[in-house]
Amino acid sequence: MSRDTALVSADWAEKNLDAPGVVFVEVDEDTSAYDTGHLPGAVKLDWRTDLQDPVRRDFLNKAQFEALLSERGISNDDIVVLYGGNNNWFAAYAYWYLKLYGHREVKLLDGGRKKWELDARPLVADPVTRPATQYVASEPDNSIRAFRDEVVAAIGTKNLVDVRSPDEYAGRLLAPAHMSQEQAQRGGHIPTAISVPWSKAANEDGTFKSDDELRKIYGAAGLDDSKETIAYCRIGERSSHSWFVLQELLGHRNVKNYDGSWTEYGSLIGVPIALGDEPGEA
Amino acid sequence: MTAPTAAGCAAPDQAAPLPASIDLEKETVITGVVRSAQGEAVPGAYVRLLDSTGEFTAEVVTSPAGQFRFFAAPGNWTLRALSRHGNGDAAVTADRGIHEVAVTVTN
Repeated sequence: MSRDTALVSADWAEKNLDAPGVVFVEVDEDTSAYDTGHLPGAVKLDWRTDLQDPVRRDFLNKAQFEALLSERGISNDDIVVLYGGNNNWFAAYAYWYLKLYGHREVKLLDGGRKKWELDARPLVADPVTRPATQYVASEPDNSIRAFRDEVVAAIGTKNLVDVRSPDEYAGRLLAPAHMSQEQAQRGGHIPTAISVPWSKAANEDGTFKSDDELRKIYGAAGLDDSKETIAYCRIGERSSHSWFVLQELLGHRNVKNYDGSWTEYGSLIGVPIALGDEPGEA
Repeated sequence: MTAPTAAGCAAPDQAAPLPASIDLEKETVITGVVRSAQGEAVPGAYVRLLDSTGEFTAEVVTSPAGQFRFFAAPGNWTLRALSRHGNGDAAVTADRGIHEVAVTVTN
Protein backbone atom coordinates (compact mmCIF):
# COMPACT_ATOMS: atom_id res chain seq x y z
CA MET A 1 0.00 0.00 0.00
CA SER A 2 1.03 3.60 -0.41
CA ARG A 3 -0.25 7.15 -0.16
CA ASP A 4 -1.47 7.04 -3.79
CA THR A 5 -3.77 4.10 -3.18
CA ALA A 6 -4.82 4.70 0.43
CA LEU A 7 -5.46 8.44 0.58
CA VAL A 8 -7.45 10.97 -1.44
CA SER A 9 -7.22 14.75 -1.20
CA ALA A 10 -10.12 17.08 -0.51
CA ASP A 11 -9.79 18.41 -4.07
CA TRP A 12 -10.09 14.90 -5.49
CA ALA A 13 -13.07 14.22 -3.27
CA GLU A 14 -14.89 17.39 -4.27
CA LYS A 15 -14.43 16.51 -7.96
CA ASN A 16 -15.63 12.94 -7.45
CA LEU A 17 -18.68 13.47 -5.22
CA ASP A 18 -20.99 12.23 -8.01
CA ALA A 19 -18.61 9.72 -9.57
CA PRO A 20 -20.25 6.34 -10.19
CA GLY A 21 -18.81 3.54 -8.10
CA VAL A 22 -17.47 5.92 -5.42
CA VAL A 23 -19.25 5.93 -2.06
CA PHE A 24 -18.40 8.53 0.56
CA VAL A 25 -18.96 7.41 4.13
CA GLU A 26 -18.79 9.64 7.20
CA VAL A 27 -17.76 7.73 10.33
CA ASP A 28 -18.01 9.09 13.83
CA GLU A 29 -18.74 8.12 17.36
CA ASP A 30 -21.30 10.89 17.54
CA THR A 31 -23.05 11.26 14.18
CA SER A 32 -24.90 14.48 15.07
CA ALA A 33 -22.37 16.40 12.93
CA TYR A 34 -23.42 14.28 9.93
CA ASP A 35 -27.06 15.12 10.53
CA THR A 36 -26.40 18.87 10.42
CA GLY A 37 -24.20 18.69 7.33
CA HIS A 38 -22.19 16.08 5.42
CA LEU A 39 -20.43 15.69 2.08
CA PRO A 40 -23.10 15.62 -0.65
CA GLY A 41 -24.18 12.02 -1.18
CA ALA A 42 -22.28 10.61 1.79
CA VAL A 43 -23.86 7.90 3.94
CA LYS A 44 -23.00 7.54 7.63
CA LEU A 45 -21.67 4.89 9.95
CA ASP A 46 -21.94 5.30 13.70
CA TRP A 47 -18.92 3.81 15.48
CA ARG A 48 -20.96 2.78 18.49
CA THR A 49 -24.38 1.78 17.17
CA ASP A 50 -23.37 0.45 13.72
CA LEU A 51 -19.86 -0.92 14.13
CA GLN A 52 -19.97 -2.60 17.57
CA ASP A 53 -21.83 -5.75 18.54
CA PRO A 54 -24.83 -4.62 20.63
CA VAL A 55 -24.19 -7.17 23.38
CA ARG A 56 -20.62 -8.47 23.51
CA ARG A 57 -17.56 -6.25 23.58
CA ASP A 58 -16.45 -6.93 20.02
CA PHE A 59 -17.15 -5.66 16.61
CA LEU A 60 -19.66 -7.09 14.13
CA ASN A 61 -19.30 -10.63 12.90
CA LYS A 62 -19.16 -11.34 9.17
CA ALA A 63 -22.93 -11.75 8.73
CA GLN A 64 -23.70 -8.59 10.70
CA PHE A 65 -21.12 -6.65 8.70
CA GLU A 66 -22.57 -7.92 5.41
CA ALA A 67 -26.06 -6.87 6.50
CA LEU A 68 -24.82 -3.40 7.50
CA LEU A 69 -23.00 -2.66 4.24
CA SER A 70 -25.85 -4.10 2.17
CA GLU A 71 -28.35 -1.89 3.98
CA ARG A 72 -26.17 1.24 3.47
CA GLY A 73 -26.00 0.51 -0.24
CA ILE A 74 -22.30 -0.30 -0.45
CA SER A 75 -21.29 -3.02 -2.89
CA ASN A 76 -18.13 -5.09 -3.10
CA ASP A 77 -16.95 -3.22 -6.21
CA ASP A 78 -17.43 0.30 -4.84
CA ILE A 79 -14.52 2.54 -3.97
CA VAL A 80 -15.28 3.51 -0.37
CA VAL A 81 -13.93 6.90 0.72
CA LEU A 82 -14.04 7.33 4.49
CA TYR A 83 -13.89 10.57 6.43
CA GLY A 84 -14.94 11.86 9.83
CA GLY A 85 -14.32 14.20 12.71
CA ASN A 86 -11.71 13.78 15.46
CA ASN A 87 -8.92 13.96 12.86
CA ASN A 88 -10.28 10.88 11.08
CA TRP A 89 -9.80 8.57 14.10
CA PHE A 90 -13.07 6.74 13.59
CA ALA A 91 -12.74 6.89 9.80
CA ALA A 92 -9.32 5.22 10.17
CA TYR A 93 -10.93 2.62 12.44
CA ALA A 94 -13.55 1.95 9.75
CA TYR A 95 -10.78 1.74 7.13
CA TRP A 96 -9.01 -0.92 9.19
CA TYR A 97 -12.34 -2.69 9.74
CA LEU A 98 -13.23 -2.72 6.02
CA LYS A 99 -9.75 -4.05 5.24
CA LEU A 100 -10.20 -6.72 7.89
CA TYR A 101 -13.36 -7.92 6.13
CA GLY A 102 -11.63 -7.81 2.76
CA HIS A 103 -13.07 -4.73 1.04
CA ARG A 104 -10.89 -4.15 -2.03
CA GLU A 105 -10.90 -0.39 -2.56
CA VAL A 106 -10.92 1.71 0.60
CA LYS A 107 -9.50 5.21 0.89
CA LEU A 108 -9.27 7.84 3.57
CA LEU A 109 -10.05 11.50 2.85
CA ASP A 110 -6.92 13.40 3.90
CA GLY A 111 -7.80 15.93 6.62
CA GLY A 112 -11.26 14.44 7.12
CA ARG A 113 -14.14 16.61 8.16
CA LYS A 114 -11.92 19.24 9.77
CA LYS A 115 -10.03 20.26 6.64
CA TRP A 116 -13.26 20.10 4.64
CA GLU A 117 -14.94 22.52 7.08
CA LEU A 118 -11.94 24.84 7.42
CA ASP A 119 -11.74 25.00 3.60
CA ALA A 120 -15.46 25.95 3.55
CA ARG A 121 -16.24 23.14 1.11
CA PRO A 122 -19.90 22.13 0.56
CA LEU A 123 -21.85 20.34 3.29
CA VAL A 124 -25.51 19.41 2.94
CA ALA A 125 -28.06 18.12 5.45
CA ASP A 126 -30.20 16.14 2.97
CA PRO A 127 -30.96 12.57 3.97
CA VAL A 128 -29.07 10.11 1.74
CA THR A 129 -30.41 6.72 0.78
CA ARG A 130 -28.73 4.29 -1.56
CA PRO A 131 -30.35 1.19 -3.02
CA ALA A 132 -29.59 -1.89 -0.94
CA THR A 133 -26.91 -4.28 -2.15
CA GLN A 134 -25.93 -7.89 -1.52
CA TYR A 135 -22.57 -7.34 0.17
CA VAL A 136 -20.35 -10.37 0.66
CA ALA A 137 -17.48 -10.05 3.16
CA SER A 138 -14.36 -12.19 3.47
CA GLU A 139 -13.49 -14.05 6.63
CA PRO A 140 -11.83 -11.59 9.05
CA ASP A 141 -8.13 -11.07 8.34
CA ASN A 142 -6.68 -11.30 11.82
CA SER A 143 -3.19 -10.59 10.50
CA ILE A 144 -4.03 -6.92 11.17
CA ARG A 145 -5.80 -7.41 14.52
CA ALA A 146 -4.02 -8.11 17.82
CA PHE A 147 -5.64 -9.80 20.82
CA ARG A 148 -4.62 -9.52 24.45
CA ASP A 149 -2.53 -12.69 24.86
CA GLU A 150 -0.50 -11.78 21.83
CA VAL A 151 0.04 -8.30 23.25
CA VAL A 152 1.29 -9.64 26.58
CA ALA A 153 3.61 -12.02 24.68
CA ALA A 154 4.93 -9.09 22.62
CA ILE A 155 6.39 -7.30 25.65
CA GLY A 156 10.11 -6.97 25.06
CA THR A 157 9.99 -8.82 21.73
CA LYS A 158 7.83 -6.96 19.18
CA ASN A 159 7.38 -3.25 18.61
CA LEU A 160 4.62 -2.01 20.85
CA VAL A 161 3.54 1.51 19.94
CA ASP A 162 1.43 3.48 22.38
CA VAL A 163 -0.23 6.24 20.37
CA ARG A 164 -2.03 8.01 23.23
CA SER A 165 -0.99 11.40 24.54
CA PRO A 166 2.19 11.55 26.67
CA ASP A 167 0.15 12.05 29.86
CA GLU A 168 -1.98 8.97 29.17
CA TYR A 169 1.20 6.98 28.42
CA ALA A 170 2.78 8.04 31.70
CA GLY A 171 -0.38 7.27 33.68
CA ARG A 172 -1.07 10.89 34.62
CA LEU A 173 -4.32 10.85 32.61
CA LEU A 174 -6.63 7.87 32.06
CA ALA A 175 -8.44 9.20 29.01
CA PRO A 176 -8.13 11.93 26.40
CA ALA A 177 -8.43 15.33 28.06
CA HIS A 178 -11.83 16.18 26.60
CA MET A 179 -13.31 13.37 28.71
CA SER A 180 -13.91 12.88 32.39
CA GLN A 181 -10.96 11.08 33.99
CA GLU A 182 -12.89 8.64 36.20
CA GLN A 183 -12.26 5.20 34.68
CA ALA A 184 -12.13 1.64 35.95
CA GLN A 185 -8.75 0.66 34.54
CA ARG A 186 -5.29 1.40 35.97
CA GLY A 187 -3.11 4.08 34.41
CA GLY A 188 0.20 3.61 32.63
CA HIS A 189 1.41 1.75 29.55
CA ILE A 190 2.47 -1.73 28.42
CA PRO A 191 6.11 -2.24 29.43
CA THR A 192 8.58 -1.70 26.54
CA ALA A 193 5.98 0.16 24.45
CA ILE A 194 7.39 3.26 22.79
CA SER A 195 5.35 6.46 22.90
CA VAL A 196 4.48 7.90 19.50
CA PRO A 197 1.30 9.96 19.92
CA TRP A 198 -0.99 9.58 16.88
CA SER A 199 -0.94 13.38 16.57
CA LYS A 200 2.75 13.36 15.59
CA ALA A 201 1.63 11.89 12.26
CA ALA A 202 -0.87 14.64 11.48
CA ASN A 203 -0.70 18.31 10.63
CA GLU A 204 -2.84 20.80 12.51
CA ASP A 205 -5.55 20.66 9.82
CA GLY A 206 -5.83 16.88 10.19
CA THR A 207 -3.93 15.94 7.00
CA PHE A 208 -1.12 13.40 7.22
CA LYS A 209 2.49 14.53 7.25
CA SER A 210 4.73 13.59 4.31
CA ASP A 211 6.18 10.08 4.07
CA ASP A 212 9.67 11.42 4.81
CA GLU A 213 8.47 13.22 7.94
CA LEU A 214 6.57 10.11 9.06
CA ARG A 215 9.59 7.83 8.57
CA LYS A 216 11.72 10.20 10.64
CA ILE A 217 9.17 10.34 13.47
CA TYR A 218 8.95 6.58 13.89
CA GLY A 219 12.68 6.10 13.33
CA ALA A 220 13.55 8.68 16.00
CA ALA A 221 11.12 7.00 18.41
CA GLY A 222 13.02 3.71 18.02
CA LEU A 223 10.60 1.66 15.91
CA ASP A 224 12.53 -1.31 14.51
CA ASP A 225 10.86 -2.00 11.16
CA SER A 226 12.40 -5.46 10.91
CA LYS A 227 10.07 -6.54 13.73
CA GLU A 228 6.32 -6.98 13.91
CA THR A 229 4.44 -4.03 15.33
CA ILE A 230 1.33 -3.73 17.50
CA ALA A 231 -0.29 -0.30 17.92
CA TYR A 232 -2.71 0.50 20.71
CA CYS A 233 -4.47 3.46 22.31
CA ARG A 234 -7.48 3.50 24.62
CA ILE A 235 -10.24 1.91 22.53
CA GLY A 236 -8.50 1.25 19.21
CA GLU A 237 -9.45 4.20 17.02
CA ARG A 238 -6.42 6.44 17.48
CA SER A 239 -4.25 3.35 16.98
CA SER A 240 -6.14 2.66 13.72
CA HIS A 241 -4.89 6.09 12.62
CA SER A 242 -1.29 5.04 13.42
CA TRP A 243 -1.83 1.56 11.93
CA PHE A 244 -2.94 3.36 8.76
CA VAL A 245 0.25 5.44 8.74
CA LEU A 246 2.58 2.49 9.28
CA GLN A 247 0.96 -0.13 7.07
CA GLU A 248 -0.95 1.82 4.45
CA LEU A 249 1.19 4.95 3.96
CA LEU A 250 4.69 3.73 4.84
CA GLY A 251 4.13 0.17 3.63
CA HIS A 252 5.35 -1.64 6.75
CA ARG A 253 4.39 -5.32 6.91
CA ASN A 254 3.02 -7.12 9.94
CA VAL A 255 1.42 -4.19 11.68
CA LYS A 256 -1.53 -5.00 13.92
CA ASN A 257 -4.06 -2.82 15.68
CA TYR A 258 -4.92 -3.89 19.23
CA ASP A 259 -8.53 -2.71 19.42
CA GLY A 260 -8.95 -3.93 23.01
CA SER A 261 -6.30 -1.31 23.79
CA TRP A 262 -5.90 0.30 27.19
CA THR A 263 -9.50 -0.16 28.33
CA GLU A 264 -8.85 -3.90 28.12
CA TYR A 265 -5.17 -4.11 29.05
CA GLY A 266 -5.47 -1.68 31.97
CA SER A 267 -8.30 -3.80 33.41
CA LEU A 268 -6.52 -7.18 33.21
CA ILE A 269 -5.51 -8.83 36.47
CA GLY A 270 -1.84 -9.62 36.86
CA VAL A 271 -0.32 -8.08 33.73
CA PRO A 272 2.71 -5.78 34.06
CA ILE A 273 2.25 -2.03 33.75
CA ALA A 274 4.94 0.65 33.41
CA LEU A 275 4.42 4.13 34.84
CA GLY A 276 6.12 7.34 33.79
CA ASP A 277 7.64 8.63 30.58
CA GLU A 278 10.09 5.75 29.88
CA PRO A 279 9.15 2.47 28.14
CA GLY A 280 10.25 0.36 31.12
CA GLU A 281 11.68 -3.16 31.30
CA ALA A 282 10.23 -6.43 30.03
CA MET B 1 -30.73 1.94 23.80
CA THR B 2 -27.08 2.78 24.12
CA ALA B 3 -24.85 -0.17 23.33
CA PRO B 4 -22.77 -1.15 26.37
CA THR B 5 -19.42 -0.70 24.69
CA ALA B 6 -16.49 1.08 26.32
CA ALA B 7 -17.01 4.83 26.27
CA GLY B 8 -15.51 6.16 23.09
CA CYS B 9 -12.92 8.82 22.52
CA ALA B 10 -14.95 11.29 20.47
CA ALA B 11 -15.49 14.77 21.77
CA PRO B 12 -18.80 15.22 23.61
CA ASP B 13 -21.27 18.10 23.24
CA GLN B 14 -19.38 21.18 24.41
CA ALA B 15 -22.52 23.05 25.52
CA ALA B 16 -23.77 20.34 27.88
CA PRO B 17 -23.68 21.16 31.60
CA LEU B 18 -20.96 19.42 33.64
CA PRO B 19 -22.26 15.98 34.61
CA ALA B 20 -23.15 15.70 38.31
CA SER B 21 -20.69 12.79 38.57
CA ILE B 22 -17.73 15.12 37.95
CA ASP B 23 -15.85 15.71 41.20
CA LEU B 24 -14.23 19.16 40.96
CA GLU B 25 -12.06 18.32 43.96
CA LYS B 26 -10.36 15.81 41.65
CA GLU B 27 -10.87 17.13 38.12
CA THR B 28 -9.02 19.96 36.40
CA VAL B 29 -11.51 21.53 34.00
CA ILE B 30 -10.35 24.04 31.38
CA THR B 31 -13.26 25.74 29.69
CA GLY B 32 -14.04 28.94 27.80
CA VAL B 33 -15.32 30.58 24.64
CA VAL B 34 -13.61 31.17 21.30
CA ARG B 35 -14.27 34.67 19.96
CA SER B 36 -13.39 36.54 16.80
CA ALA B 37 -11.40 39.79 16.90
CA GLN B 38 -14.80 41.55 16.84
CA GLY B 39 -15.78 39.72 20.02
CA GLU B 40 -18.33 37.38 18.44
CA ALA B 41 -18.51 33.78 19.63
CA VAL B 42 -17.11 31.35 17.02
CA PRO B 43 -19.05 28.09 16.73
CA GLY B 44 -17.42 25.14 14.95
CA ALA B 45 -13.86 26.17 15.82
CA TYR B 46 -11.37 23.34 16.39
CA VAL B 47 -9.73 23.82 19.80
CA ARG B 48 -6.76 21.69 20.80
CA LEU B 49 -5.21 21.32 24.21
CA LEU B 50 -1.41 21.12 24.04
CA ASP B 51 0.72 20.01 26.96
CA SER B 52 3.73 21.86 28.38
CA THR B 53 5.95 20.45 25.59
CA GLY B 54 3.48 21.55 22.90
CA GLU B 55 2.28 17.98 22.29
CA PHE B 56 -1.36 17.42 21.32
CA THR B 57 -3.52 16.16 24.19
CA ALA B 58 -7.09 16.59 22.97
CA GLU B 59 -9.27 18.45 20.51
CA VAL B 60 -12.92 19.52 20.58
CA VAL B 61 -15.22 21.50 18.30
CA THR B 62 -16.87 24.56 19.86
CA SER B 63 -20.62 24.63 20.53
CA PRO B 64 -23.04 27.02 18.78
CA ALA B 65 -22.11 29.54 21.52
CA GLY B 66 -18.37 29.03 20.91
CA GLN B 67 -17.79 27.00 24.09
CA PHE B 68 -15.14 24.35 24.68
CA ARG B 69 -14.19 22.19 27.67
CA PHE B 70 -11.31 19.90 28.62
CA PHE B 71 -10.65 17.59 31.53
CA ALA B 72 -6.93 17.97 32.09
CA ALA B 73 -4.55 17.64 35.02
CA PRO B 74 -2.77 20.33 37.06
CA GLY B 75 0.00 21.98 35.02
CA ASN B 76 0.76 24.35 32.15
CA TRP B 77 -1.32 24.01 29.02
CA THR B 78 -1.79 25.83 25.72
CA LEU B 79 -5.10 26.18 23.90
CA ARG B 80 -4.86 26.43 20.11
CA ALA B 81 -7.95 27.28 18.05
CA LEU B 82 -8.38 26.90 14.26
CA SER B 83 -11.41 28.36 12.50
CA ARG B 84 -12.58 29.88 9.25
CA HIS B 85 -12.21 33.26 11.02
CA GLY B 86 -8.54 32.64 11.73
CA ASN B 87 -6.46 30.99 14.42
CA GLY B 88 -5.43 31.87 17.98
CA ASP B 89 -3.65 30.64 21.12
CA ALA B 90 -3.98 31.09 24.88
CA ALA B 91 -1.84 29.79 27.74
CA VAL B 92 -3.24 28.54 31.06
CA THR B 93 -1.72 27.33 34.29
CA ALA B 94 -4.30 25.05 35.84
CA ASP B 95 -4.86 23.48 39.25
CA ARG B 96 -7.83 21.36 40.28
CA GLY B 97 -11.22 23.00 39.74
CA ILE B 98 -12.66 25.02 36.85
CA HIS B 99 -10.53 27.42 34.79
CA GLU B 100 -12.17 29.87 32.38
CA VAL B 101 -9.96 30.83 29.44
CA ALA B 102 -10.81 33.13 26.54
CA VAL B 103 -9.33 32.39 23.09
CA THR B 104 -9.42 35.03 20.37
CA VAL B 105 -8.95 34.05 16.73
CA THR B 106 -7.66 36.46 14.12
CA ASN B 107 -6.71 36.19 10.46
